[in-house]
Amino acid sequence: MSLSSPLRQVLGAGPSRSGVHHWWLQRLSSLALVPLTIWFVVSLVALPGFDHATVSAWLAQSWTALLLILLVLIGAWHSQLGLQVIIEDYVHGAGTKWLLLVLTRFAHLLIAAAGVFAVLKVAFRGPA
Amino acid sequence: MPIRPLSPHLSVYKFKYTLVTSILNRLTGIALSFALLLLAYWLMSVASGTLAQQRAQRLLGLPLLKLVYATFVFAFCYHLCAGIRHLVWDTGHGLERAQSQRSAWLVVSASLLLTLILGYGLLHAGRTP
Repeated sequence: MSLSSPLRQVLGAGPSRSGVHHWWLQRLSSLALVPLTIWFVVSLVALPGFDHATVSAWLAQSWTALLLILLVLIGAWHSQLGLQVIIEDYVHGAGTKWLLLVLTRFAHLLIAAAGVFAVLKVAFRGPA
Repeated sequence: MPIRPLSPHLSVYKFKYTLVTSILNRLTGIALSFALLLLAYWLMSVASGTLAQQRAQRLLGLPLLKLVYATFVFAFCYHLCAGIRHLVWDTGHGLERAQSQRSAWLVVSASLLLTLILGYGLLHAGRTP
């Protein structure tokens, strides 16, 4: 049973009942990203070089591949949620807002897919 | 669009430095989104093989990009510290005015310190065995 009036329901105004879900996902992803990003930057600093052989060998390690996939996926998810809020807050034209939101989604899907694909490709190829 | 009050009502706030920490959290978040894009590009170049990676390495090694990387390092350190501050707030702690003013300074100084440490580490990365 809904407490809002029929007119209000038809107009679609008022709470969408999905705000907490977005908020909660943003928190969950940020919690996961704290250890993941720290691991990533520490690993980058510890890498003996950034040439192809060294980076491939590093990516080919199972734990590196696994953690990097998690980093890219959760990072893209967190980034999507964050940019979405910023666009919703500051872009006021309905058309522009819609376009930017769609572009953001597509871009993040592309980033996540590319990152996962690249890591898997190197990981399954094995050390060069 | 219906004419309704839209948050955030930026113009109604009196300027306080705690406001800067909030805006900076969003700005650094946007910067990190671009860092993620660059990470995906870098990973793709590694996956594509030696030649593609050399080409990407040349592109990513452009001197002008050093400024961008420095921004990313600060953005990461700041967003990490400010994000942890937000997670603490979410538990209901540290929301008093004096506490949030103290944590604002803590976040700024901790992120600057971290930026120096991480920046130093990255500058010297790839040189030690």
